[in-house]
Amino acid sequence: MKSETAVHGRQAREERLQRMASAAYWVEFAKKWLWVVIRFVLIFGIAFVIVYPILLKLSIAFKSMDDLYDSTVIWVPKAFTLDNFKLVFTAMNYPKVLTNTLLLSSGVMVLQTITCVLAGYGFARVKFRGSGLLFGAVIFTILVPSHTIMIPLYLHFKNFDLFGLIELIKGKPANLINTYWPFIISSVLGMGVKTGLYVYIFRQFFRGIPREIEEAAYVDGAGYFSTFSRVILPNAIPSMVTVMLFSFVWQWNDSFFTNMYLNEPKVMSAMMSSSGYAIATFLGGGEQAATASYVQDPFFMSMMMNTSVLMAILPLIILYVFVQRHFVESVERSGLVG
Amino acid sequence: MKLKKLSLEQKNRYYGLYFILPWFVGFLFLFMIPLLSSLRYSLSNLQVTDEGFSLDFIGFANYREALLSHESYVRILTESVINIGVNTPLIIIFSLFFAVLLNQKFRGRVLARAIFFLPVILASGIIASIENGDLMQSVVKSANDTTGGDLSVIDNLQLTVMLVQSGIDIRFVEYLTGAVSRIYEIVSQSGVQILIFLAGLQSISPSLYEAAKIEGSTGYEAFWKITFPMISPLILTNLVYTIIDSFISDETSRLVVDTAFKSFNFGLSAAMAWMYFAVIALVLWITTSIVSRKVFYQD
Repeated sequence: MKSETAVHGRQAREERLQRMASAAYWVEFAKKWLWVVIRFVLIFGIAFVIVYPILLKLSIAFKSMDDLYDSTVIWVPKAFTLDNFKLVFTAMNYPKVLTNTLLLSSGVMVLQTITCVLAGYGFARVKFRGSGLLFGAVIFTILVPSHTIMIPLYLHFKNFDLFGLIELIKGKPANLINTYWPFIISSVLGMGVKTGLYVYIFRQFFRGIPREIEEAAYVDGAGYFSTFSRVILPNAIPSMVTVMLFSFVWQWNDSFFTNMYLNEPKVMSAMMSSSGYAIATFLGGGEQAATASYVQDPFFMSMMMNTSVLMAILPLIILYVFVQRHFVESVERSGLVG
Repeated sequence: MKLKKLSLEQKNRYYGLYFILPWFVGFLFLFMIPLLSSLRYSLSNLQVTDEGFSLDFIGFANYREALLSHESYVRILTESVINIGVNTPLIIIFSLFFAVLLNQKFRGRVLARAIFFLPVILASGIIASIENGDLMQSVVKSANDTTGGDLSVIDNLQLTVMLVQSGIDIRFVEYLTGAVSRIYEIVSQSGVQILIFLAGLQSISPSLYEAAKIEGSTGYEAFWKITFPMISPLILTNLVYTIIDSFISDETSRLVVDTAFKSFNFGLSAAMAWMYFAVIALVLWITTSIVSRKVFYQD
């Protein structure tokens, strides 16, 4: 056995030497390595372009006031300081905003996923006259920009009423602006941020599941709903993960609906758009007399803005580090492209 | 026997309707009715009063105002459309190219993929808008330019000159060099597209490539004869996605929002949004009708 492998190894070595003698081997070799180098340069370059703003923000966030005016400091600050973080932390009420955003995003995520998984399954299985038209309606909701229905939605939630019921009890329609109810209602009813897309993903996925699985479950005596919950749903976990990730991230980043429904910056994306103002009022407010002059300094304000943006996206990035492997894999398995 | 089977199927059909019901209610009350009332608002003068609002029908006056007398609407709208026309092909080509690259096997692929999908989670209009007007970043950038970045500008210029001299149309050259300088914009908009393309590439059966290799095809031929046709349905998907996505976060939509919630001219804003939607629909219709003719479906 041992001698056999030794002979085999010698043969292989000789073969390789013979191959190396020919020019074609070296051409192939050069081609391969050239491609490896080009690929590396391309991927590294674009990866740098993507990471660059984040690195820049990181570098700025750790700078102190002295570093701002020191022309020798470009990337690495001379005096590392956490003052910027501390200031933004208190000026923006960071812990409260963070919990608000987390709760809102995860709540919306769960509700949206439930509604969309149901609707997607329904669309994949229901067949009657006009069912194609109904699914066309889903596509239509993706195509129509939310700006078109923005004003009626706003007025609708401002004077919210369920067939006159609330007016009957309280005497006037409820004002849901500046509460979380608009988000909850629209995600339960499947009309939140990009919800049409999620329904589409689920429908594509469920169409790929053969009907025979369900029929087998029926034969074994399962009802329609228990078939769905115990046979179909476990199969749908990859696409559910995809939708949950997208829905969480997009809700987190959504500034359109949050700015519309919430008057005060209670959540991260709304806070970012008004962060400059918040910091200015915080610094201008009496007790920080020493720092009040900074407010007029555009460099300082810019530094604060950068820090606040960094702090707003930091939770997302941390989350992403943990789930990113799942992210790619689940999209591949979710049947998004099937 | 047959009757019984039919009734089970019918029953299941009704159950399926229950599944759609929550979505349908939402569609009706949070989409269809607002859509129709938005159309009504666009044709009227909306005044917000203490108890709700009042509507006066004024015909097409809002549309006329937006098109003829508003100082920037028409300009911004054309700019958005031109922007999309310029950027969409670049985004599609870029994301397809990098999806193919990321699909190959190499060391550090997991890390590279993780970085390339960062724009998916950071793609947010608000971050971009803060970045654009940012003083500090431009200062650091200019500092970089003086230390060594000057070279890249010259290189770019030389490349332009070289390309023009080699007989390529100057407009095309400008388009390409413009794309190089807008690389961040393009990269940050193509995260989802790369994801979709990559998933599509993974679903192509490897046996096709094996067969082609045995027949003696090169990698280049395999791309154009196998990968490209197999992925062409996703090109259509990505095209539609790119157009919708870029319409959502551009200047026009900001103008629409500002008109509504800063100057409180709800009727005008609704009219703007409707014309905007009409333009999107037109662009989408034209591109999909052109592209879908070329799309190859395996089955």
